[in-house]
Amino acid sequence: MIFPRWTNWLPLWILIGLVLVGGAVTAGVTYYFTPKYTRVGYEPIQPVPFSHRVHAGELGMDCRYCHSQVDKAWVANIPSASTCMNCHNQVLKDDPRLALVRESATNNTPMPWVQVHITPDYVYFNHAVHVRRGISCVECHGRIDQMDEVYHAKSFSMSFCLNCHRDPAAFIRPVNKVTDLGWQWSTNAVQNAKLQKIEGQKLVDHMRVQSLQNCSACHR
Amino acid sequence: MAESATQLESLAPPTELRRMAPVPADRSLGWLTDKLTAFNEGRTPLWWWVLFLPAAFCAAVVLPGALVYKISTGVGVWGNNMPVMWGWDIINFVWWVGVAHAGTLISAMLFLTRQHWRTAIGRAAEAMTVFSVMMAGLYPAIHVGREWFDWYMIPIPTSNGLWPQFRSPLMWDVFAVNTYLIVSTLFWYMGLIPDLALMRDRAKTRVRKFLYGLFALGWTGSARQWHNYEKAYLVLSGLATLLVFTVSSIVGMDFATAQLAGWHETIFPFYFVAGAVFCGFGMVLVLLIPLRKWCHLEDIITLAHIDKICKLTLMMGCVMGYIYAVEFFIAWYSGNPYDAWVFGHRMFGHQYWYGGWMMIVVNASLPQLFWIKKVRQNLKLIFVIAVLINIGMWFERFTIIVGSLYQDFLPANWGVYYPTWVDVASYVGTLGAFFMLYLLFVRFLPMVPVSEVKAITPCADPHHALGGAKGWRA
Repeated sequence: MIFPRWTNWLPLWILIGLVLVGGAVTAGVTYYFTPKYTRVGYEPIQPVPFSHRVHAGELGMDCRYCHSQVDKAWVANIPSASTCMNCHNQVLKDDPRLALVRESATNNTPMPWVQVHITPDYVYFNHAVHVRRGISCVECHGRIDQMDEVYHAKSFSMSFCLNCHRDPAAFIRPVNKVTDLGWQWSTNAVQNAKLQKIEGQKLVDHMRVQSLQNCSACHR
Repeated sequence: MAESATQLESLAPPTELRRMAPVPADRSLGWLTDKLTAFNEGRTPLWWWVLFLPAAFCAAVVLPGALVYKISTGVGVWGNNMPVMWGWDIINFVWWVGVAHAGTLISAMLFLTRQHWRTAIGRAAEAMTVFSVMMAGLYPAIHVGREWFDWYMIPIPTSNGLWPQFRSPLMWDVFAVNTYLIVSTLFWYMGLIPDLALMRDRAKTRVRKFLYGLFALGWTGSARQWHNYEKAYLVLSGLATLLVFTVSSIVGMDFATAQLAGWHETIFPFYFVAGAVFCGFGMVLVLLIPLRKWCHLEDIITLAHIDKICKLTLMMGCVMGYIYAVEFFIAWYSGNPYDAWVFGHRMFGHQYWYGGWMMIVVNASLPQLFWIKKVRQNLKLIFVIAVLINIGMWFERFTIIVGSLYQDFLPANWGVYYPTWVDVASYVGTLGAFFMLYLLFVRFLPMVPVSEVKAITPCADPHHALGGAKGWRA
């Protein structure tokens, strides 16, 4: 017998094996090979433990006090140390934790901040365009006002961008609420969703927000 | 009783209108089995090696060499450049898809229309289909330029949130060619299973027993297996028949969707299907005329079979002539100066005029010789005509692609196209790969479907003198 009896079951076992292996590979790639795994949660140690929770959250500073170019330029600038010193030459002015900031401001040397959010070189992302059309910081950066040290909260995959580009009305908000990260249309979730749909569409129409989906919108 | 028999006799059609016996050899079933498997079980003849070694060299050295050089360097190594951005890559793609079509037509469409004579040549034609679709499928994959992104053409959900662009003819090709490859491979393999089991049962060595047994999938020839087999075969032949029309239609529409004079024509889907089948019949003749002699199958693939393929080729040649005439007529009748320019230059341009004449002389006129019965019986002449048809159909694609592109709307853009050695090597490589696969097929698998042929011989009828079990070993 070249093919013993058990070989009758071989096709079935091969099929089951293929389904299992294929399923495992698909699940593994889906989980481990996407930015949801590779990017989300990235929280580098910064040279100075600056707390966004204290500044943007508890003290209620506007994002644009420090990131002053975010509504005017492609990039949201990291403030120079002199911006910090506007307050810290009086508040906590001798705190050892701020030694590096004082040194940077005095010697005019840059602060060695570690960048958290990066888009690839082939992606052109313009902060000003988004911020001035009612796309809040929170949509991409998460609740920065609740983070002590900033971590990567959202996935930044291409589908993450396209999610909004395909339906801007579901994410847009009034322009003056863009830096108010916790803002909602209504505290009632059902009401909020309803208003987002209706009012969001109004804002999209009013500001002529386009649903840009051609490749060259971002890849130039 | 005798009286009614005479009446039936008189109702039978006159001899010249009677269908030919599908297998004229009035031999026993055992004789057929021995005859049809003799080439697979015998020693490898010298001619096989003489053909196989150069083909294998092209497939194993020339083709990978050309592909690796092209992929590692870039599409610039081909002759493609503006304005002729489609060159030999697309010409060969269309040509190989075309070659495939006759096989499906013979094996599937003639099966559905109950043309029993197809049985003897069906499998050989189908193998041609499978191997040439493989060659065709290669070209779109390497033509995209960035082969490592080929997987973008598969519609799978990714974190890019992208889906293939279904409005792009490239995607139509991907689906058309892959569907064709899958269906024709399944159809071919399904048809092989009873014969694989036959080879398994006759095999002497353990290796042969194992391999034929593996691919025979445990076929025992029980009534239930035959019942399922026939059902599946019918379904697949229905699917394959549709593909004869859809695949080349889609290839034709790749061109027709472009706003280019010489491509932007409603006749293109029909044009490409007809051209494909025509070219494929040419290839069937090129393959079968030598093989039937060298494999000693003259009793099975008879002159009557060749005669029928010649008639089909003649019909398709007439269709080609009609289509060419319509194209030229519309170019004049539409009053479109660009169309008139392109079609005028096909025949009387300074650059590629020979392509247009090849179309008229070889593709439309040469098959007209098949009206003459003497020609349809002269195998050497048929072989020459069939080779010329394949060359002519290659030049037709050259004329359509290069001839329409090299002088487009703006004279400032005009340019001339020359293929490079990489273009030539890719084509020679695919030719080698095709013939290598075909020779392997002929050597190791029954070229004629043994079980199907046996089913339609006179002795398959139990009432025949040698019929049923009586003549099994006669």
